[in-house]
Amino acid sequence: MREITELQDIATQVRRDILRMVHGAQSGHPGGPLGCADLLTALYFRVMRHNPEKFNVDGTEEDLFFLSNGHLSAGWYSVLARSGYFDTSELGTFRKIDTRLQGHPATEEGLPGVRVASGSLGQGLSVACGAALAKKLNNDPHLVYCLMGDGEQQEGQIWEAAMFGAGRKIDNIIGIIDYNGQQIDGAVNDVMPLGDLHAKWEAFGWKVLEMNGNDMQDTLDTLEKAKQQCGKQQPVVILMHTDMGYGVDFMMGTHEWHGKPPNDEQFEKAMTNFRETLGDY
Amino acid sequence: MKEYRFEEKKDTRSGFGLGLLDVARTNPDVVGLCADLTGSLKMNDFEKEFPDRFFQTGIAEANMMGVAAGLTIGGKIPYTGTFANFSTGRVYDQIRQSIAYSEKNVKICASHAGLTLGEDGATHQMLEDIGMMRMLPNMSVVVPCDHNQTRLAAAAIAKHHGPVYLRFGRPKVPNFTSLDDHFELGKAIRLNEGSDVSIFATGHLVWEALEAGKELYKKGISVEIFNIHTIKPLDAESIIQSVAKTKCAVTAEEHQLNGGLGDAIAHLLATRQPTPMRMIAVQDSFGESGKPHELMVKYGLDARNIVKAVQQVMQDKG
Repeated sequence: MREITELQDIATQVRRDILRMVHGAQSGHPGGPLGCADLLTALYFRVMRHNPEKFNVDGTEEDLFFLSNGHLSAGWYSVLARSGYFDTSELGTFRKIDTRLQGHPATEEGLPGVRVASGSLGQGLSVACGAALAKKLNNDPHLVYCLMGDGEQQEGQIWEAAMFGAGRKIDNIIGIIDYNGQQIDGAVNDVMPLGDLHAKWEAFGWKVLEMNGNDMQDTLDTLEKAKQQCGKQQPVVILMHTDMGYGVDFMMGTHEWHGKPPNDEQFEKAMTNFRETLGDY
Repeated sequence: MKEYRFEEKKDTRSGFGLGLLDVARTNPDVVGLCADLTGSLKMNDFEKEFPDRFFQTGIAEANMMGVAAGLTIGGKIPYTGTFANFSTGRVYDQIRQSIAYSEKNVKICASHAGLTLGEDGATHQMLEDIGMMRMLPNMSVVVPCDHNQTRLAAAAIAKHHGPVYLRFGRPKVPNFTSLDDHFELGKAIRLNEGSDVSIFATGHLVWEALEAGKELYKKGISVEIFNIHTIKPLDAESIIQSVAKTKCAVTAEEHQLNGGLGDAIAHLLATRQPTPMRMIAVQDSFGESGKPHELMVKYGLDARNIVKAVQQVMQDKG
């Protein structure tokens, strides 16, 4: 099992990858994946039981991960490559013509690790519920994880899936909401307040946990707690508090870096925040 | 003119219910989902026989499409059931991203399509679904003509790996095909051989085309009639071969003029074999309340109008 310092080093490299990919393409979304780098690292390098070398779309006898907020693609691709789904050299093709690393995740190019397209928001939790039901039909005891955005909670389909997950007692799924409080047009509370999100999910029948998604220890502990909650006739969701742009001082505390690449100068400045721990691609 | 008979009228949706049962009994991967219309879609028997493979989603069609996409991950073959309106327009983006673009093996089964839904009126009379579905890459579009063929089609689409839109209807209509007939996805069925004009019909309009054929035969016109049960992929070779002989064509469908079977065949002929054509379809309008038969007559989707179109197109070709 990987030690926490090792996981933190991986997350640091993932943040370097995210900045290099978005800067290299001069296009993409740096803020969200910087905030979720710790979670994605924790899932792929410690929590999930999965088979990077033998990827198949069906994913039987392994844990599954779905990225509903597909614009976090840079972070997900980095973690997929770093955990062995494909060569890290491919990260440099992000968002470029003929790439398997599409702007938003897709299956058409056959990128290992991706099981459904995402980007148009609100759809991932429904897909994850379906995959979790397939696991039950197949007597496959593995779990299904689904990451969503907080702005994405404004989509009606999320709440259809919330009702469905609890109503059908899908207890092999762990939803995670990136609660960074920012979306494209500004602060979530200004654009369309979510109200008491904890109470809402609880009212829909989910077991709700909260964690600091930029604290590796808390992330690991809470994910472990969530796993313990599975199999109890109730789905689980984690409100994951993060900072959008975490680790880059000038990208934090604002929605400005949701979908904007840094220029050369900003890129150089941002990169000073992160040591090269695993070697750049 | 070859004669077609039927013993009774039956609804295509009941054919779907039986076809789903047929395929579910032989293929354990087949699962069913329904958004609060189990009775209307005739999925009750499937639910009763396979309770563990049936998922009631409530009135939440967007979620149903996503759940269906997810069920394919793990090897299931999901059949979703709701009205054509809620199977397509309401959930277009879910189908586009989670099913078609993601290449998911989901069978979208849509009942109550077209004007023959009847009294409920235009809110429910979906007339744009064929167009929306055939625009999506990876999607196949199947529109069987009667009860028996719907039963065969419902079972056959499980053998095709990939997303399929299966469209059928509400009312009882002549059940004139046989369960012993061969049904092959993408292969048009020639119902009558003729030399003066080709009629390409789909769904409920296939029977009307046969009625028109009888009428035209009396007038000394030799009609070639095709049942185009698969609109995508279109059986281009059968269509091209037929019009190469007849030199003119009429299409007939219970759908908008824009985007439907007529559009698909017009595109094919315009690019490969320019041919005079007439199209029987709804002329860019919404439907309204009424009895199915009254509506089909009012909107010109009947044998009488097919006869007229044939006479016109034969004048066009000179």
